[in-house]
Amino acid sequence: MSIQDSHVWVNNLSVHFGVGKGFLGAGNVLKAVDEVSLEIPRGSFFGLVGESGSGKTTLGRAILKAAPISDGEVRYRDEDVEFDVAMMTKAELKEYRRRAQLIFQDPYAALSPRMTVRDIIAEPLEVMKLTKSRAETDERVREIAAKCRLNLEHLRRFPHAFSGGQRQRISIARALVCEPKFLVADESVAALDVSIQADILNLLKSLQKDMDITFLFISHDLSVVAHTCDYVAVMYLGAIVEMAPSRELFTAPKHPYTKALLSAIPSLDPDDRGRAQKLEGEIPSPLNKPSGCRFHTRCPVAVDRCSAEIPAWRELSTGHKVACHFAE
Amino acid sequence: MMAAPLLSVRNLTVQFKTDEGLITTVDNVSFNIAAGEVLGLVGESGSGKSVTAKALMKLNAGNTVYGPESSITLNLDDGPVDILSLQKAKDLKIVRGGAISMIFQEPMASFAPAITIGDQMVEQLLLHSAMNKKQARELSIEMLDRVGISDAGKRIDQYAFEFSGGMRQRAMIAMALSTKPKLLIADEPTTALDVTIQAQVIDLMKDLIGEFGMAILFITHDLGVIAQTADRVAVMYLGRVMETGSVREVIRTPAHPYTQGLLNALPKLDHLDEPLTPVPGDIPSPLERPDGCVFHTRCPKFIPGTCDTARPGEVSVSASHQAACVAVESVLEAVS
Repeated sequence: MSIQDSHVWVNNLSVHFGVGKGFLGAGNVLKAVDEVSLEIPRGSFFGLVGESGSGKTTLGRAILKAAPISDGEVRYRDEDVEFDVAMMTKAELKEYRRRAQLIFQDPYAALSPRMTVRDIIAEPLEVMKLTKSRAETDERVREIAAKCRLNLEHLRRFPHAFSGGQRQRISIARALVCEPKFLVADESVAALDVSIQADILNLLKSLQKDMDITFLFISHDLSVVAHTCDYVAVMYLGAIVEMAPSRELFTAPKHPYTKALLSAIPSLDPDDRGRAQKLEGEIPSPLNKPSGCRFHTRCPVAVDRCSAEIPAWRELSTGHKVACHFAE
Repeated sequence: MMAAPLLSVRNLTVQFKTDEGLITTVDNVSFNIAAGEVLGLVGESGSGKSVTAKALMKLNAGNTVYGPESSITLNLDDGPVDILSLQKAKDLKIVRGGAISMIFQEPMASFAPAITIGDQMVEQLLLHSAMNKKQARELSIEMLDRVGISDAGKRIDQYAFEFSGGMRQRAMIAMALSTKPKLLIADEPTTALDVTIQAQVIDLMKDLIGEFGMAILFITHDLGVIAQTADRVAVMYLGRVMETGSVREVIRTPAHPYTQGLLNALPKLDHLDEPLTPVPGDIPSPLERPDGCVFHTRCPKFIPGTCDTARPGEVSVSASHQAACVAVESVLEAVS
């Protein structure tokens, strides 16, 4: 895929944080995202999965220029414009913010308790001066609230009056009110109960079709990703280890880490109490990354070569890429 | 006459006094746990599952009011203990770390940050057993080793922040089991963990169930975790038990519309093409408890005039499977 077909195109992106910078020493560098490349096709639901500490949130934020880009390139292409995200001017960033938005994880923390729902949803329009009159703002707020299935009566209330699912619909309405074309949804259903989660996922899906939005859907929950996303990338310790169309990734995973993640999901069948394909140990510290393949310390099929040689990022079949010496 | 169950909860009602009035969080709940049995308690947030668990140790806050007919009986070798009547801290010791231990959801918040893991483990052993300090320390090291913490002799002198999330939860389990409780309450023990670590902890718990033979009240919102660990399951919603039964029956042939809704809303990896069906509506606020069946506001099988007026009784689906729903019979017909 070339940059022409993709909505967001990421090439060798790195995000480094300095930690423990002392009085004399230079300190350590934490590579939260380490030379990641990916293409997000226009109009797709692109899933990013990984355990805590894998760098998925940082990657999502770097694409939105909400985390510092240390190295590499992020390009955003709309019908009429193209942004080189790492090199944007202030004016460009303003325009970019209108087109690329973020939905947060925790609907309880993301909404100001002192603003009415109407003011919360209207704020992006007012800050970006997208509407000319209060009447126009109200019109836009009502329109998006209806799309997000919010009761218009609720616009005058404060967030504390709402349940988790309703709050998440308010956050979604706020993110969508400026009509962005690209949305990063960072664990947007993780804080919700199962019975509500399905409702929000269906809402996101229908909004995507309605408003022609490209989604980067960040989640630790593989079954949720399997049900919503068209493409999936699996991250481990700051790098993508496998990327494929969703159906292919879940039916024929190639990377041992992806396989382990899938088998670790507790089965709903009480008679299937076999052991999960067991991953020994825990995710290593990103400050102290293993040599060679970063997964070799926990990999069930690792050999000597894995600790010495970094596996190449190879394309096994169309669109199915993997970083493992032995995947075939 | 069967032997008395290890734990018997009868008509448990728990209310909290708040500025907005009395809030009912657990409403007339009854269940038993036999010795060595793993009972899963499933429910969404606000269903009252944690409040129920805390009632077993009388750990609910000072504004708690227990209903007059509520009783919780723990049947030990030297006679039954009426837990709700215990008042003094000295008497409560038996249910707080003695015969009952608890594992909490957030392992970082459950260890004191400024005391070593070892000192915390030793302290509770000194309180609950006749051991001296040296024996307690030895047992603690042995238990840490048993739950898979390598180099336990050194690790025991570390602090909670030096452990990773999975290790903290292992240490928590070691600590809870070192007093050899008859009943272990596990409140969302794997929820804060990553899925690969969760699989390790579940495997560990399965091993320990076989080895120590204690009964477990396993609280979680994750039906998959229940399917993997429990013998029986109770499904709670808004403080009421909606359905109880063996894990197989409840998960394979759920009788209550709420349980059916929960299972349908769950994304499943082996049915990728099936659309997700949410349970309609939102969980009502605890201040506005629906009359009649608490689930009627969201129930697809809602019968006006029946469900919103009378509280449904328990209907037996089979000898080991009950559901509190008037529509249960028609539900079963629809299945067959």
